[in-house]
Amino acid sequence: MAAHLKKRVYEEFTKVVQQEEIATKKLRLTKPSKSAALHIDLCKATSPADALQYLLQFARKPVEAESVEGVVRILLEHYYKENDPSVRLKIASLLGLLSKTAGFSPDCIMDDAINILQNEKSHQVLAQLLDTLLAIGTKLPENQAIQMRLVDVACKHLTDTSHGVRNKCLQLLGNLGSLEKSVTKDGEGLAVRDVQKIIGDYFSDQDPRVRTAAIKAMLQLHERGLKLHQTIYNQACKLLSDDYEQVRSAAVQLIWVVSQLYPESIVPIPSSNEEIRLVDDAFGKICHMVSDGSWVVRVQAAKLLGSMEQVSSHFLEQTLDKKLMSDLRRKRTAHERAKELYSSGEFSSGRKWGDDAPKEEIDTGAVNLIESGACGAFVHGLEDEMYEVRIAAVEALCMLAQSSPSFAEKCLDFLVDMFNDEIEEVRLQSIHTMRKISNNITLREDQLDTVLAVLEDSSRDIREALHELLCCTNVSTKEGIHLALVELLKNLTKYPTDRDSIWKCLKFLGSRHPTLVLPLVPELLSTHPFFDTAEPDMDDPAYIAVLVLIFNAAKTCPTMPALFSDHTFRHYAYLRDSLSHLVPALRLPGRKLVSSAVSANITPHEDPSHQFLQQSLERVYSLQHLDPQGTQELLELTIRDLQRLGELQSELAGVADFSATYLRCQLLLIKALQEKLWNVAAPLYLKQSDLASAAAKQIMEETYKMEFMYSGVENKQVVIIHHMRLQAKALQLIVTARTTRGVDPLFGMCEKFLQEVDFFQRCFIADLPHLQDSFVDKLLDLMPRLMTSKPVEVVKIVQTMLRQSTFLHLPLPEQIHKASATIIEPAGESDNPLRFTSGLVVALDVDATLEHVQDPQSTVKVQVLYPDGQAQMIHPKPADFRNPGPGRHRLITQVYLSHTAWTEPCQVEVRLLLAYNSNSRIPKSPWIEGGEVSSQVETSIEGTIPFSKSVKVYIMPKPARR
Amino acid sequence: MPEIRVTPLGAGQDVGRSCILVSIGGKNVMLDCGMHMGFNDDRRFPDFSYITRNGRLTDFLDCVIISHFHLDHCGALPYFSEMVGYDGPIYMTHPTQAICPILLEDYRKIAVDKKGEANFFTSQMIKDCMKKVVAVHLHQTVQVDDELEIKAYYAGHVLGAAMFQIKVGSESVVYTGDYNMTPDRHLGAAWIDKCRPNLLITESTYATTIRDSKRCRERDFLKKVHEAVERGGKVLIPVFALGRAQELCILLETFWERMNLKAPIYFSTGLTEKANHYYKLFITWTNQKIRKTFVQRNMFEFKHIKAFDRAFADNPGPMVVFATPGMLHAGQSLQIFRKWAGNEKNMVIMPGYCVQGTVGHKILSGQRKLEMEGRQVLEVKMQVEYMSFRVSCYMPANGETVTLPTSPSIPVGISLGLLKREMAQGLLPDAKKPRLLHGTLIMKDSNFRLVSSEQALKELGLAEHQLRFTCRVHLHDPRKEQETAVRVYSHLKSVLKEHCVQHLPDGSVTVESILIQAAAHSEDPGTKVLLVSWTYQDEELGSHLTSLLKKGLPQAAS
Repeated sequence: MAAHLKKRVYEEFTKVVQQEEIATKKLRLTKPSKSAALHIDLCKATSPADALQYLLQFARKPVEAESVEGVVRILLEHYYKENDPSVRLKIASLLGLLSKTAGFSPDCIMDDAINILQNEKSHQVLAQLLDTLLAIGTKLPENQAIQMRLVDVACKHLTDTSHGVRNKCLQLLGNLGSLEKSVTKDGEGLAVRDVQKIIGDYFSDQDPRVRTAAIKAMLQLHERGLKLHQTIYNQACKLLSDDYEQVRSAAVQLIWVVSQLYPESIVPIPSSNEEIRLVDDAFGKICHMVSDGSWVVRVQAAKLLGSMEQVSSHFLEQTLDKKLMSDLRRKRTAHERAKELYSSGEFSSGRKWGDDAPKEEIDTGAVNLIESGACGAFVHGLEDEMYEVRIAAVEALCMLAQSSPSFAEKCLDFLVDMFNDEIEEVRLQSIHTMRKISNNITLREDQLDTVLAVLEDSSRDIREALHELLCCTNVSTKEGIHLALVELLKNLTKYPTDRDSIWKCLKFLGSRHPTLVLPLVPELLSTHPFFDTAEPDMDDPAYIAVLVLIFNAAKTCPTMPALFSDHTFRHYAYLRDSLSHLVPALRLPGRKLVSSAVSANITPHEDPSHQFLQQSLERVYSLQHLDPQGTQELLELTIRDLQRLGELQSELAGVADFSATYLRCQLLLIKALQEKLWNVAAPLYLKQSDLASAAAKQIMEETYKMEFMYSGVENKQVVIIHHMRLQAKALQLIVTARTTRGVDPLFGMCEKFLQEVDFFQRCFIADLPHLQDSFVDKLLDLMPRLMTSKPVEVVKIVQTMLRQSTFLHLPLPEQIHKASATIIEPAGESDNPLRFTSGLVVALDVDATLEHVQDPQSTVKVQVLYPDGQAQMIHPKPADFRNPGPGRHRLITQVYLSHTAWTEPCQVEVRLLLAYNSNSRIPKSPWIEGGEVSSQVETSIEGTIPFSKSVKVYIMPKPARR
Repeated sequence: MPEIRVTPLGAGQDVGRSCILVSIGGKNVMLDCGMHMGFNDDRRFPDFSYITRNGRLTDFLDCVIISHFHLDHCGALPYFSEMVGYDGPIYMTHPTQAICPILLEDYRKIAVDKKGEANFFTSQMIKDCMKKVVAVHLHQTVQVDDELEIKAYYAGHVLGAAMFQIKVGSESVVYTGDYNMTPDRHLGAAWIDKCRPNLLITESTYATTIRDSKRCRERDFLKKVHEAVERGGKVLIPVFALGRAQELCILLETFWERMNLKAPIYFSTGLTEKANHYYKLFITWTNQKIRKTFVQRNMFEFKHIKAFDRAFADNPGPMVVFATPGMLHAGQSLQIFRKWAGNEKNMVIMPGYCVQGTVGHKILSGQRKLEMEGRQVLEVKMQVEYMSFRVSCYMPANGETVTLPTSPSIPVGISLGLLKREMAQGLLPDAKKPRLLHGTLIMKDSNFRLVSSEQALKELGLAEHQLRFTCRVHLHDPRKEQETAVRVYSHLKSVLKEHCVQHLPDGSVTVESILIQAAAHSEDPGTKVLLVSWTYQDEELGSHLTSLLKKGLPQAAS
């Protein structure tokens, strides 16, 4: 039983590897001629159901570009013969799929397709055929005549009675129609055809699906770069009150598009003679949709509001408008009351019955309810029933507040309110939003109070997001700082695991508000003017927290150290050493300042260290033709320099590391080529070639690291990296050629290498001009010759070229960061082994922070190494990754361990891997995406790079008790 | 002229006894059947004699609809159905059907057992009454009879509250009952589709009021409770059993969960336990959050909230207690209040409105020394807080009848043959332009059909009658009849290009089916008489032709 269970566990972990094998096998199976087989199958079919089965089976396998034409002919032939509409439908859909095949030009089947379209009676088949035409049309975007013809066909079928056909026609028009007036070729009368007008006419179609399709087609036109007419705006506005939600949803989008196109044009307000800007009008209309009946539309509207930055502030502020009323008399909102209480300095809320009773008296007849009491869109959106709408509203609020500081100030109350939402996601989102706009705002004390109350939340994500927020918050008073500190300390005692995060938060809080901290220092350090107080415990996390706050404030406040007592100085020295990332260097009386005097506000280009980096790289590139010995030495020197630089200057670490890695690759390559083996007959140097092949292998590894471990790598760097890898592959080829006997294995290798070169050319065709004189440049020149020559000759040519090739200049990227990961948990310190029954599983909590990892959900894996050499790769769930800040991720997951019984506890290693797949650049075949759900749902992994230190976990699987 | 008539039967402007009579399309529907909490005499029920004057209730009413289980919306139901006598169907939603009898029974107990009233409905009557109830699902269209249909929509407010659409033919009325648009902790917001009713009857208590955001109010409440508990004080929250109590329970439960608090929360036994049970059952009627977390855990299976026992009140340490009734006028909540009032650490939070004269009202208005029965004086040292949540809802009613004329559209069936014939004749229909169509309207068994005249004749078994118009036109033309005919022919041929004009061998001229004959005037040979004859169907062309001929023939031909 236990063994069975264990087997099941492993099966799950090894799933991906198995699937990979299946996929490669499959590709090989699809070689034999397709058209012939299909023809035989279809002829065999006696009933339509049979034929349909054959077609379905056929559709599961991919077809190569060369055989598409034949297959298409056979399909068409059967189409003409077929009476059953369902079979014709399938054939039509197959035609569409086939015409998408890469490397096949579908213009030859267009005539046939249009032809059969004219004789078709079944609406469903018609719709499918139009879909096929759409596929053909999108495949040939530059052929104007074909496009025109297809548009004509679409217009002809627009009057069809079936909604499906009309839908497809509109889709076709949206994808292919152009604004230019199409002139019929013969010149017999100008068939002036305005696609927008034609599509616009279908805004009032009787079928809601067709209306939706018409709007979508219009949006498609816009996406293709056609400028929509402004007249569409009025039509679209009418559709906002449509009965069907999908129409309204699409109409909202259309209105948004038009408002972005013509923001400044003037539109009249109906029922009055005033006029306003179009963007304001559209904003108002979309605001109105935030209280739509369907939540899908509400989400849509709320999202779009966020991107309308051109709207005037007057309209923007109305979205937050909310006047409380009681029997038509204005009341003050709680927000206003809080503000007043705060400004008057009074405290304690009204304990009296009716303290929020309306003050002013108003004549009921004179009040216009709509004017005085209409609530803003965001007031509705933030109080919506569905949390999807609330999240969308918070996001929109964030975007608008980022562009308008005055709006940011106004929306603060509402955002703070959202911190108490019932759904955690919404709370988290609003905290993140607040962080993003925190440059524009200063928190009032009562708002801070509400914000800080959330620190007691039991969710770790919420607390950490809040710490992150407090890092960049502006606080207005010293009471505020005190309050924040007290709450943070309370948080620390309640959840001791938050230690690091709280310290970091206090570091920023201190350095941002030195003047506010200053008057608090005596109280915080509990010093007394006359008496010496007891020295606090140095290991108390709360005390350290206070010190972190004070020391960071003292950095820019030179008068503060005067208030310290003796032990504070001692503690400073201790903390400066033990927690150097939290405690800055201080200019203390009687002590020398030990730190580089580089201030942070110098831009990287003026920075001397950056200059140094530039210069040392220049030196390497300019001295290309030095003697081999000298080049090697220079490279070694520069690599050392760069590494040291990276250690010293954290902001340059990414660039320095990146360049150093590249230079190391070059160094390895040079060294390998300098080997004596090249001059001597092959058999003698079997041993030495180990070195060369090891170098090739290492270069490969390094290039993968360069490509996938750094964020911010641009295309021009990727080319260079790939080029380096190609050189490594060439080296490998040469080395194997020299060490292996016989031609047969060589033949396969040569072919593979040439494929690689071809692949390189296809991927980076645009960048080839930059690679003048390089290895690949020369190789491509000789490509025709290489294709025809024998493997031995190929190797010879490659060898000479590799030796002749020059060293390519690696352009430095703007922003580059090396991906890194730290495993926080398990800490690897425990001496108590995790005990569990063998064959069953034990869950191990893994908590790690990832920095500068792109798309961690698909790339980051957890590896577990057992003492017996067994390795297990675990794919964490996408939901296990959180994003607490820009460029940072946090992985909190559980890893299941299992093993057979051991005699004594032993350590397993846990580490994080970065998975990569260099084939992700190849465009996928449409067959795979368009066809049935293929077995390759998960992206395959080509290799992995370990990027964190491994942590040892003590475990002990016990034998099961009987 | 068809019309919709609305008569509210509940009277008085302050507190409800919701009861509205609607006559629509010849059907009579009663919306809600509530009672008045403030009266103990006949006035507590709606005035059903308004209906019974003209006969029995069952004969007059087609159905009764109850929107939700609050007594001001369903309290008079047993009296109405059993004592006045009504045997027709009563519609309500499933949760209302489940909770309504509990509340009615409770109310009966108070009225009969405590106050000793006679002539009140009995338990048996409640049971009998509930037997007449037909439960409906949300969005289920119920055909009450052939013409009358009703449909329920979600209304929020309380568990099982619904809005109803009542529809007869193409006329409809929407009755909202009490509803809320902002969701609370346990219920969602009201929703209805675009049904375009002729009349909307809506609750309007808060129509003129816009309130603070829900979160502001909640935060206040939670902060007060949290602070008191952290101080080590005891918090008393007097509540009424249903609705509000559940919302507050959920609020505190989630807050405790979120903030990891340990202090116990107690819930005084009684009605609410039973009601909580129904809340657990009807989980689909609650809001998004509760429905979503239901998979992991039913929110109404409280983790932190336990049943209260009298002995717990003396336990040391902080605690929160929900106790009934809500105005501190009697029962458990008052007992606990007396125990805890002396300690300034403790707190009482009044979540609702308090009637004058109750202890609740006194302490809210700031009184610190209360005289209890037996001449005791109770000094209130504990903190007194209130929450500005909702007050009870009421529906203004005035006993007058409002009539609303309607103009319903009448659907007419058109035969496919006629439509196709019309299609063949002309262009495709254009949504913007009206089109003229010839046909026969048949009204039979209160349905309307438009068919071609041939078919109509066939169906009705009638022979076709020919109706011809004839007209004489005098022409001054000295020439012979034949020549006149030829001239007429050539003239018409040139003018009416799109019609078929023929000259027949007998000397007459035809335009389509219109016949024109020329004859000499019996008295004046210089004048020719043109006889024009056409059938009823060609009326348009015929009149055009006569007016053309009356203008005379062009002289140029001579």
